[in-house]
Amino acid sequence: MSLPSEYTEYPHRREGYDHDYYKWSNMHARKPVQWPDGKSVAVWLCVSLEWFPITPEDKPFRAPGHMVTPYPDYRHYTVRDYGNRVGVWRMLDAFKAESVRASFATNAAVAERYPELIEAVLADGHEIIAHSTDMNSTITSELPEEEERALITDSLSRLEAASGVKPQGWLSIARSQSWRTADLLTEHGLKYTCDWVNDELPYCFKNGLVNLPLNTELSDRMIVATQQHSAEGWAQMMRDAFDWLAAEAKGNDYTAGGGRMLPIHLTPYIMGLPYRIGALEQLLTDLTAREEAWIAPGADIFAEWEKQQ
Amino acid sequence: MIEGAPDPGLYDYHPYRDRPKLAWPEGKSCAVWVAPNLEYYEIDPPANPHRKSWAKPHPDVVGYSYRDHSNRVSHWRMADVMSRHGFPGSVSLSVGLCDHHPEVVADGVKRGWEFFSHGIYNTRYSYGMSEEQERAIIEDSIETVQRATGQRIRGWLAPALTHTPRTLDLLAEYDFTYTCDLYHDDQVQDVKVASGQLASIPYSLEVNDHYGFNVYGMSGREYADCLIQQYERLADEGERTGSGTVMCIPLHAYLIGQPHRIGPFEEALAHIAADPRCWKARAGEIVDVWRAAQ
Repeated sequence: MSLPSEYTEYPHRREGYDHDYYKWSNMHARKPVQWPDGKSVAVWLCVSLEWFPITPEDKPFRAPGHMVTPYPDYRHYTVRDYGNRVGVWRMLDAFKAESVRASFATNAAVAERYPELIEAVLADGHEIIAHSTDMNSTITSELPEEEERALITDSLSRLEAASGVKPQGWLSIARSQSWRTADLLTEHGLKYTCDWVNDELPYCFKNGLVNLPLNTELSDRMIVATQQHSAEGWAQMMRDAFDWLAAEAKGNDYTAGGGRMLPIHLTPYIMGLPYRIGALEQLLTDLTAREEAWIAPGADIFAEWEKQQ
Repeated sequence: MIEGAPDPGLYDYHPYRDRPKLAWPEGKSCAVWVAPNLEYYEIDPPANPHRKSWAKPHPDVVGYSYRDHSNRVSHWRMADVMSRHGFPGSVSLSVGLCDHHPEVVADGVKRGWEFFSHGIYNTRYSYGMSEEQERAIIEDSIETVQRATGQRIRGWLAPALTHTPRTLDLLAEYDFTYTCDLYHDDQVQDVKVASGQLASIPYSLEVNDHYGFNVYGMSGREYADCLIQQYERLADEGERTGSGTVMCIPLHAYLIGQPHRIGPFEEALAHIAADPRCWKARAGEIVDVWRAAQ
C-alpha cells in the first residue's frame, strides 16, 4: 500500500517539542533543587489501591492487572482483592516499623468499599492521591470530553466523600491520558499528575499542572510481574538506583547535581505477598539508614520543589 | 535484493571457519563500537497502514514520555559513562532530533561521535514509501546531519528497522559506506547491491539494550554480564583466528540510562575498556579498515 505525499512532510518539525504541553529542558542543567535537611535523594513510596470489578468494560481499554479468563474470573478478581485485604496491611506495618510516610493512589471505589483501610492509611499520616473511580475507568482520547470530565469529577467527589480528603495529585489508570486530561485536571483544582515518565524531577506544564515523576521502570509491576524478577532482585535494583542518584546529586561532569528522586511504585497484590514483603522491609531498613535519603509522600516532595521554583 | 525471491540475495554464504586474516589497528582482536540511538518519536504521527506507531490512541503518554526520558535525563548519563571509558559513539540518529533538541546532538558532536541516519523520526516507517519518498528521506538525512554536525553520513539503520526492497541499493547509490540492518554475521561483510558497494557492519539485536530489557527482561546486572560474555568470546575468537571480530553495543538512553541500570553498565564498559584486545572504534573506521583489507 503506497503512502500519501504528506507522509514525508513534517509540519511540527521545529525547535522544541512537536506539542505544546511543556517545554524541553535538560534535567542536569536546571537550577539544583535542595531537599530538606541537606538530604539529596527524595524516596517516594507510592502504593496503588485498585479495585477491579469482575465485569471489565474495556472502554476505552482494559487496565493492566484486570480480568483475564472468561467470566466469572474468580482467579484474578480474588487475587487483586487479596492485595486490599491482606497485602496492603503488611505494607502499612512495614512503613510504620520504619516511621516512613507514603502516598496511596486510590480508586474512589476502594475508599468507599474499604473504610477501615482508608482510616488506617490516614491515621499513619500517608497521602491520598486520586486514582480514578475503579479499574474500569480508563482514559484515552477516544473518551468523549464530557465523559472524561464526569469521570474526574466523580473520582474526586466520591474519594473526598469517603475519605474526607481533597487530593492534590492524580494518577491515571495505566498513566493513560487524552489530549484534554492535563486541562481537565487543572480545571478540577488538582496540582500534580504522576502520569508522564520522561523526567526524574517535577516539572511544570504550560497550563500550570506539575508532573511528579513516578517511574514505570522502577515499579514492582514492571520488575516483578512483567520482567519476572524476584523481590530480592527488585530490591537490589532499587539500591543500585539509589546509589547512582546519590552520587549524581553531588555533581559530576554533566551536572552540578542537586536533589534527585527515587520513586518506588508498589502494588499490594504483588509486593504484599508473604514471600516478597520481607524484601520491601529490608529495603526500607536499608534506605532509612542512608544519610542521603529523604523518604516522603509525593505531596511533600511536590511542595518542597514548588517553593524553590 | 531480489524482490519477491525466497532468498533475497543480500550476500553470499561465507562460513565462519577459516575466514581470511584481518588485523585491527595495533593488533587488537575485537573492534568494539557503541551505538547510542538518539531518537525522536512524534506524539501524533500520521498513520502508516503497515505498522501502528503507538499502542494507545494519541497521545500515548507512557509510550511517548518513556522515550522522551532520553532527551531530558538519561542521554547525559549514558554519554558520560561512554566518554569516561574512552568509547566514542556512532550514533543512530533520528535526524529530526537536530531540529527538535539540537543540544542533545551538539553534546555528541562535542564528544567526537560519528553520526549516521536512523530516518527522520522513529515514528515514520519506510514500509509503503515510493522511491521518490525514500530518496527524500535519504537526501533529508544527508543534508540535516551535514548542517547540524558538519559530517557527511556514511551509514544507515532504517527508521524503526523498516525497509523497502530498494533501500540498500539506494544507500549504495548515495555513496553510503555501511548498513546496520543485517544481522547475519559477527564480522563486516559485503552486501550485494545494484551498483557500487556497501558493507554490512554487525549491529546487534541480541545485545541491544532493548532486547536485554524489554524482550528478555534482564536486570541491569544481568545485561552487564551478558555484554562481558559477548565481548570475551568475540575477543577470544578474534585472537585465536587472527580474523578480527566486531562487537556492537546498541543503546537507548531511556533504557540504559535508568538509574538502576547505568551503574552496572558502567562496570561492564570499564571491564571491556581495560582489556588490551579491545579496539574502541567508530563504525566508519571499522568498515574502512576492513574494506582496505579486501
